[in-house]
Amino acid sequence: MKHLFKVLALLLLLCGVAHAAIDTYTFASDAERARYRHLTEELRCPKCQNQNIADSNAPIAKDLRAEIYRMLSAGESDAQIVDYLVLRYGDFVMYKPPLTGRTLLLWCGPAVLLAGGFVVLGIIVRRRRRVRRVPNGLTADEQQRLAQLLARTSAKRTRND
Amino acid sequence: MRRLIFAVPLLVFLGIAAFLYRGLFLDPAELPSALIDKPFPAFSLSGVADERPITQLDLRGKPSLVNIWGTWCVACRTEHPVLNKIAASGVNIHGVNYKDDIAAARKWLSDFHDPYTLNISDPQGTLGLDLGVYGAPETFLVDARGIIRYKHVGIVDERVWREQLAPRYQQLVDEASAP
Repeated sequence: MKHLFKVLALLLLLCGVAHAAIDTYTFASDAERARYRHLTEELRCPKCQNQNIADSNAPIAKDLRAEIYRMLSAGESDAQIVDYLVLRYGDFVMYKPPLTGRTLLLWCGPAVLLAGGFVVLGIIVRRRRRVRRVPNGLTADEQQRLAQLLARTSAKRTRND
Repeated sequence: MRRLIFAVPLLVFLGIAAFLYRGLFLDPAELPSALIDKPFPAFSLSGVADERPITQLDLRGKPSLVNIWGTWCVACRTEHPVLNKIAASGVNIHGVNYKDDIAAARKWLSDFHDPYTLNISDPQGTLGLDLGVYGAPETFLVDARGIIRYKHVGIVDERVWREQLAPRYQQLVDEASAP
């Protein structure tokens, strides 16, 4: 039992290591803390591809967090900080890249595909409707008899059941 | 016309397949540098060998390779003999000792030979940040006017030098010697 407790305590310590991307910064205000959190979550770590710089343990992400903290403390705006990083690392660092000629497909692609899907759906629906309206070559009398026959057979079937 | 409609799914499939096939051979780790065709960022840092400050102005006059390295960087060790060889053939190579211990850097250079003309010491990584460095080794091609013209991320081996860097370096040398 005592052993188990020791193992658990050790595991708890290891948990702390796994979440090491937590720095101790003191902020002037809660608003500044929120801005720091927002910026580090919106910006992408250049080294680790699919992590933001808030989550990453890469040394470069740590440096960038320190830099963002420094700039925030110096009173720079969010846009200034993002521009500063884009100037050095390119649009890659932004999870939301700006709308330019090169990113047009990225931004509008999904909407275009969705619209295309609706167009195809519309065409199919319209075509089906047209098919249904085509008469089946029976006169009004014949149509009525057909309906009666069908009604009778289905009535018979329910009685037999 | 009706027949063509049946070909649409096939065409869509072929389009997507071509797109994805191309994607197989793209390296997502390779970021296009934001600094191409921009001047080398301003800095004033001391050298690895002595305290004499080096600035971006010292990089002008001759085309050069600016190599970001550190003794902590395993890949830099693989790259080092190649840099020695390139430097021996007369290529102008500058170093940026990125986030490193200066004593370790000096020992490294005396142990493995020093290929660098100028060697900038950047212990805080400030110049590295301005250069958009995200992992050593990285190598920049800088022209005689101090403009960054090309960036290679990763090890410079014989093949990278021969196929990617050497022709571009030669072009910069030709540009510099042209009136």
